[in-house]
Amino acid sequence: MIAFVVRRFLLGLFTVWLISVASFTIIQLPPGDFVDAYIAQLAASGSPVSATEADMLRKLYGLGQPMYVQYGKWISRVVTGDFGESMEWRRPVTEVIGDRIWLTLLLSFAALLITWGLALPIGIYSAVRQYSFGDYAFTLLGFVGIAVPNFLLALIIMYFSFKLFGANVGGLFSSEMTIQPWSWAKAWDLAKHLPLPAVILALAGTAQLIRIMRANLLDELRKPYVVTARAKGLSETRVILKYPVRAALNPFASNIAYLFPFLVSGSVIISIVLGLPTVGPLLVKALVAQDMFLAGTIVLLLGVMTVVGTFISDLVLMWVDPRIRHQMD
Amino acid sequence: MADPILSVRDLHTQFHGREGIVRAVDGVDFDVFEGRTLGVVGESGCGKSVTARSILGIVDRPGRVMGGQILLRPQGGGPPVDLATLPQAAMRRIRGPEIALVFQEPMASFSQHYTIGNQITEAILLHMGLGKRAARARAIELLDMVGVPQPDRRIDEYPFQLSGGLRQRVMIAMALACDPRVLIADEPTTALDVTTQAQILDLLRDLQQKRGLAIILITHDMGVIAEMAHDVAVMYLGRAVETGPVQDIFNRPRHPYTRALLRSIPTVMARPRTRLPTIEGSIPHPFDRPRGCAYHPRCSEKLGAVCETHEPPPIDTEHRQVRCFLHGGIPGAPPGTQP
Amino acid sequence: MAAPSDSERYAVATQWQLTWWRFRRHKLAMVSLVVVVLFYLLAVSADFLATSDPHETDARTSYIAPQPIHLFDDGAFRPYTYGLKGVRDVKTFKLIYTLDTSRKVYVEFFARGYRYSFLGIETDLHLLGLKDAGKGDGIHLLGTDLLGRDLWSRLMVATRVSLTIGLVGVSISLFLGVLLGGVSAIYGGWVDTVIQRGIEVVRSMPTIPLWLGLAAALPNDWSVTQIYFAITIIISLLAWTDLARVVRGKFLSLREEEFVMAAELAGAGQTRIIFHHMLPSFASHIIAAVSLALPAMIISETSLSFLGLGLRPPAISWGILLQDAQNIQTLALAPWLLFSAVPVILVILAFNFLGDGLRDAADPYG
Repeated sequence: MIAFVVRRFLLGLFTVWLISVASFTIIQLPPGDFVDAYIAQLAASGSPVSATEADMLRKLYGLGQPMYVQYGKWISRVVTGDFGESMEWRRPVTEVIGDRIWLTLLLSFAALLITWGLALPIGIYSAVRQYSFGDYAFTLLGFVGIAVPNFLLALIIMYFSFKLFGANVGGLFSSEMTIQPWSWAKAWDLAKHLPLPAVILALAGTAQLIRIMRANLLDELRKPYVVTARAKGLSETRVILKYPVRAALNPFASNIAYLFPFLVSGSVIISIVLGLPTVGPLLVKALVAQDMFLAGTIVLLLGVMTVVGTFISDLVLMWVDPRIRHQMD
Repeated sequence: MADPILSVRDLHTQFHGREGIVRAVDGVDFDVFEGRTLGVVGESGCGKSVTARSILGIVDRPGRVMGGQILLRPQGGGPPVDLATLPQAAMRRIRGPEIALVFQEPMASFSQHYTIGNQITEAILLHMGLGKRAARARAIELLDMVGVPQPDRRIDEYPFQLSGGLRQRVMIAMALACDPRVLIADEPTTALDVTTQAQILDLLRDLQQKRGLAIILITHDMGVIAEMAHDVAVMYLGRAVETGPVQDIFNRPRHPYTRALLRSIPTVMARPRTRLPTIEGSIPHPFDRPRGCAYHPRCSEKLGAVCETHEPPPIDTEHRQVRCFLHGGIPGAPPGTQP
Repeated sequence: MAAPSDSERYAVATQWQLTWWRFRRHKLAMVSLVVVVLFYLLAVSADFLATSDPHETDARTSYIAPQPIHLFDDGAFRPYTYGLKGVRDVKTFKLIYTLDTSRKVYVEFFARGYRYSFLGIETDLHLLGLKDAGKGDGIHLLGTDLLGRDLWSRLMVATRVSLTIGLVGVSISLFLGVLLGGVSAIYGGWVDTVIQRGIEVVRSMPTIPLWLGLAAALPNDWSVTQIYFAITIIISLLAWTDLARVVRGKFLSLREEEFVMAAELAGAGQTRIIFHHMLPSFASHIIAAVSLALPAMIISETSLSFLGLGLRPPAISWGILLQDAQNIQTLALAPWLLFSAVPVILVILAFNFLGDGLRDAADPYG
């Protein structure tokens, strides 16, 4: 059991390292070094940089030295929480990102909960009542959920709510709350705005998970232990909920490891359509403006977030499946 | 002989699939008596297991019991109850306390997600009105009875931590949890090696003697039948083609199918390196069941056209029943005449 | 009698025939197959179906609503539509162009239009065109965008781009997936461990941010074709993992099968076993996996281009068309721009049904 946790943890660390390399690569990718870009930007805004200042900057970031030295300098600053300056905003990256990373996490997590909350009962229903009207209806709905990319869904919902109610459904806060400091009222405002984007984000994953749950449960329902449970005189509901559903939860739990990155990815896109104050719109803006420290940091943070999510889902899996727990005994 | 605990009369169970109807059980009759073992024998696909599930009312969809009676004589006398028409809620009180089931795959028959203690006490809590502590004590007692060593420790283990033989013992303990009067054992030893097989059969016989259990032992193994059964029902394509006491069936088999099954048992008496006789042909696909006597395409003693066109009726002679025109029942001929 | 001949037929049928027979029973999958084939035919003949040059801008035709074609004129089959007229807005004095219902313009079949090359043949033939069209007149079946470009024509060309980008992307993913999945299964041991962990790592990365980062780094001065291939490669780099898992799983389970054992005992070499015995028996699974991977590719491209980080104008793809429909103000003004979503949804739905049907047909028990 401990070996399992340790192995998963090490794999997670390795993934984080890979993501950090990818983030660093993204920072380095634009042609020219970024000090050039920085200088050009400063010059364009009317505050030219002298050659000595530029050299100081280059030295600070280790430019001109081999890549791995540059990576080392960057990563050693990153672990102390110094992610560099945003060129566009001319403020520390951490300051620019601010609450947005937490709102991203919140949105993804809410979508995860909705995905679970919908997929579990619907999956059970569809499997137990296979080929019923409800099963067909959910299957169809599931296909639509898979077929409509979530940004399109966001667009369509936005269009119709505008058309029918004249309301703009975007945002996570009411306009008067956006700049307020955190308070209970603001949290409540957030809670009111969160469900719609979360549901939109959750739909595709829910559709997939319903299909997985249904298929797994159908498999499990045919297994002999279900007959054993029935032969004990348990009620049908009890039989199904205690035994096959429990077994079908297993792949359900392991799937979350892939669901979470998927949701984080999706949140980037729908945030842009719905104008949500997550890191998504910031990332796209940063990439378009080649504000590379900001962009690299966001990619890194999102990556770390998904790795942590994956690790947690592994722990959940272990808790669900006694076989994994007892592997090392 | 006393009245049977359980009588199955003209049982029909069918599966209505998209491709057609499968008559898995197509008119089965037999009786089960207290303290005796009825061996139900036949090749795979003959409807043995579906019969067992029909009795418990747990046939998987799209299967359904379509006709016949399953009569259970209540404890302490009274008119028999027909399980085939009993509502689900009442049926659930039969499963466990009256009739219990032991399965062929001890691994797959347990859920891997709960301890064996959890899975045994569940039925006790449900049917016997005991508290948690008492139920656990009873579960330990049961494990001890079926010969599980260190039952107070084993009770908290998961099925995947036990060996195959031990698992089957636990399975039996679970089946006996609520003191059932009838135990259906569906191929209880098929998945086990020979020594473990013998131990499990010994255990079953022992429990039967101590508790007066009626056992329905379903198997394809004539050897197991010879060792365990008092009475035998030979099934072929959803029908009991021959029933009777075990000595009669083994010594004077009357149906050609029974004879063929008996010939195919390897014995130590046989000359070494001779070919074991096998039954010609294979079981027909359930969708195209042959007309007439279902066995006629493989029968070595076929009488002729009558076997291909007419179904042989059951012919009764003291304690025995056989469905074969060799023993009468040819339409048009006076009853009882031998061909 | 029908039954025995049927079972005889089944007994001698090849794996492919069996798969095909099982597939034919899936009505939805059959319909989807037809839809997919139609879409690819449409992609091939996109220019022929286009009614005007998809790149041609015209300020006069900005935001024209979908323009109906009337099929009958005076009781005879003579399809026509209306011409365009400029009306001066009384308040702003701006010229606003609307349909002139007093002026009928007749539709011509196999008309001459802009020049394009069809399978290497230079031509200017189009399915629909206008007879005696005035300046600014056009058949705008789905209306026009801000720059006055005909949405229908753009949609035709976009379909070609988006559908082929999926194909190219899947080919790359397939190559990587079969290669790595196969190597993983055949060599096993530490090679397998490394590849499997690699797959897990790739799968636990948030794909879209990474795509965005990589796509944003593409040089601005690249040509449309260069960007096209670069985007394809970026998308397929992260999408091969599913295929690799399918291939590995199938390889491993097949290796245990009797017929592979039999081939080994018969002295067949490893290459022969893999290509002659194993590949054919899971090719159908691969096809199914591919038809499920294709829609994911299409969605990826559409999403990237939608965000302005995939293909870039003047390239035309579904994502680029939808980019125009990104904000609510535009949508309120020109809701027909959202029509570009219809083929996206249709194709993805069809591919999913098709893939499902194929998977069931290839492996009725799995």
